[in-house]
Amino acid sequence: MVRIALIGAGKMGISHLSILGAHPEVEIVGVCDTSKMVVDVLKNYSGYNCYSDYEKMVDETQPDAVIVAVPTKYHFKMVKDLLLKNIHVFAEKPFCLNPIESQELTEMAKQKGLVNQVGYHNKFVGTFKEVKKLVKGGHIGEVTHFLGEAYGPVVIKKKSDTWRSDPSEGGGCLMDYASHVIDLINDIVSPIDKCKGSILKSIYSKSVDDSVYALVSIESGVSGVISVNWSDETYRKMSTSVTIIGTEGKIVSDANELKVYFKSKTPPQGYSRGWNVKYVTELADEVNFYLRGEEYSSQLDHFIKSVQGKAENSINTFESAWKTDHSIHLIKKQSLA
Amino acid sequence: MERIIFGDNQFFAVNHISDEKSRAQSIKFKDDAAIIKTLDIAREAGVNTFMCTTHDRIANICNIIRSNPEKYQDFKIYPCMPYAHKYANAVTDLGIAGTLKQYVPGNFFGSMFKGGMAYLSKDYLSIMELLIDAEMKMFTGINTPVIFLQNVITDLLLGLGMTDFLVGYAKYIEKKYNAEAGFITMNLPKLLDVLEKGGIKNPIICASINKANFRMSGGKELYEKTISEGRCRLIAMQVLGGGAIPASEALEYVSNLPNVESILFGASSRQNIENTVQTINFHDEKKVQQLAIA
Repeated sequence: MVRIALIGAGKMGISHLSILGAHPEVEIVGVCDTSKMVVDVLKNYSGYNCYSDYEKMVDETQPDAVIVAVPTKYHFKMVKDLLLKNIHVFAEKPFCLNPIESQELTEMAKQKGLVNQVGYHNKFVGTFKEVKKLVKGGHIGEVTHFLGEAYGPVVIKKKSDTWRSDPSEGGGCLMDYASHVIDLINDIVSPIDKCKGSILKSIYSKSVDDSVYALVSIESGVSGVISVNWSDETYRKMSTSVTIIGTEGKIVSDANELKVYFKSKTPPQGYSRGWNVKYVTELADEVNFYLRGEEYSSQLDHFIKSVQGKAENSINTFESAWKTDHSIHLIKKQSLA
Repeated sequence: MERIIFGDNQFFAVNHISDEKSRAQSIKFKDDAAIIKTLDIAREAGVNTFMCTTHDRIANICNIIRSNPEKYQDFKIYPCMPYAHKYANAVTDLGIAGTLKQYVPGNFFGSMFKGGMAYLSKDYLSIMELLIDAEMKMFTGINTPVIFLQNVITDLLLGLGMTDFLVGYAKYIEKKYNAEAGFITMNLPKLLDVLEKGGIKNPIICASINKANFRMSGGKELYEKTISEGRCRLIAMQVLGGGAIPASEALEYVSNLPNVESILFGASSRQNIENTVQTINFHDEKKVQQLAIA
């Protein structure tokens, strides 16, 4: 059994807690949150050991691993504290408010040999996994351009502020929403390391961006466009997609449907020349417990297996999240230029 | 429950395999009249039960049904609550407490917060009851013999080990609405065990059941074993496996499973609706004939 504690029982934290609660190889040893109501419900109905002070929780419960699902501005201090105590960490995204902090945590986790993972769940989505395989396998030739998009209905009118609308807490469309698609591009193609132009626009929010449009490139010079808007109510829920254009083909994929065009007469196995369509139904991993999508269960399962030494801690590492923080930082900096 | 139940995903742009299709659906069903027209086609094909989420637009559909009592005399609705995205988006925006403040009717919640008192455990069940009442308001005067809890809530509570809420839900639905409680889940074997332990025998459960092993947590084999034991009244949903298998093959599989009381499906066109109903009827009749011969 892996002994796990959770810090932050908000939307993501509760979802993780439910998936972990159903996991046959996990024992939830403690839950920490600042909301008295949330703690009360979890204590009375789930029977969890609940705390309002995470340091006290960690000292008393001695977990093998901790899930950190609090606003990003608290990640650096909490994760650092946990690593110092030799505890494996799964942190929510985005990782840190600036890449210097992410780098420090990355090096520390590496040096201590601790399992480290960040919650960019798209990497566990069947279609996106397949996109990566096709790109890395060279099946669409040399990548010449990419487009990363995400749209959804988070802020669709002027209203009260929460931490998501506070830039100093990691709020805003770039940090919260665009980070997913930037991380995905970084993984599928290569980390975005230049930003040639970017616009961060507020639409309804007072103090943060509601949309992000950026012209970027990767180390090899390949160009790309990032287009993200969380104030688009024509989407029922968040929709993330990537388009990758190569010399031998083109891929258009979202979380449900992968469309790929092969120019060559010798496409990879299972595909044919011209357009091919595959659905997540045939690409998704089977999970033991399903809550909001296979990927949420798969990412936690991967973390637990890594802690147990049954899987290699290679997906969504602190290092990859640090590179994503760096790409985010470049886009933000360019928008101010 | 009727053998065939009509679902509502197509009306609200819920498509598990294609964002493009879901946009086309949201254009097609922009007007309530288009929804009513499709429901009428389903009724003509012999499907008189509509299982739908408590989406704002269902309130309009309920108004139309209420104002045509003769036409919809035998029509039944199985509400499924809550419309999860409403709450999910609200939680992103307002946090958990803020969302409850917004959606729990009256001052009940506000006064609880202000008091800072030690909450008795039954208060949270009362909050759930208030939320149920708020969701059920739109169905006043409509025949709703089974009322479902959506899978995202059922499964969230299941994972959190909050059996009290699942049992409390069932008890309240029976008491207040004189209806049967139903549970939608993506984790049929686990849910059934937990409900039975909570004292709910032979519950109504709606689960993803298909030949493609799509959204059947724990795997198809475990599902087939659980289904064969006949411990619950089952509605099979996502029978087409999100479109992964040909419809005829998919329907043949699910029609021939033992202990599946009802099959839930949704479709937009007259042709698809009629074909689906005919295919299920065909397999059912074949089964009866085979039994008669045996």
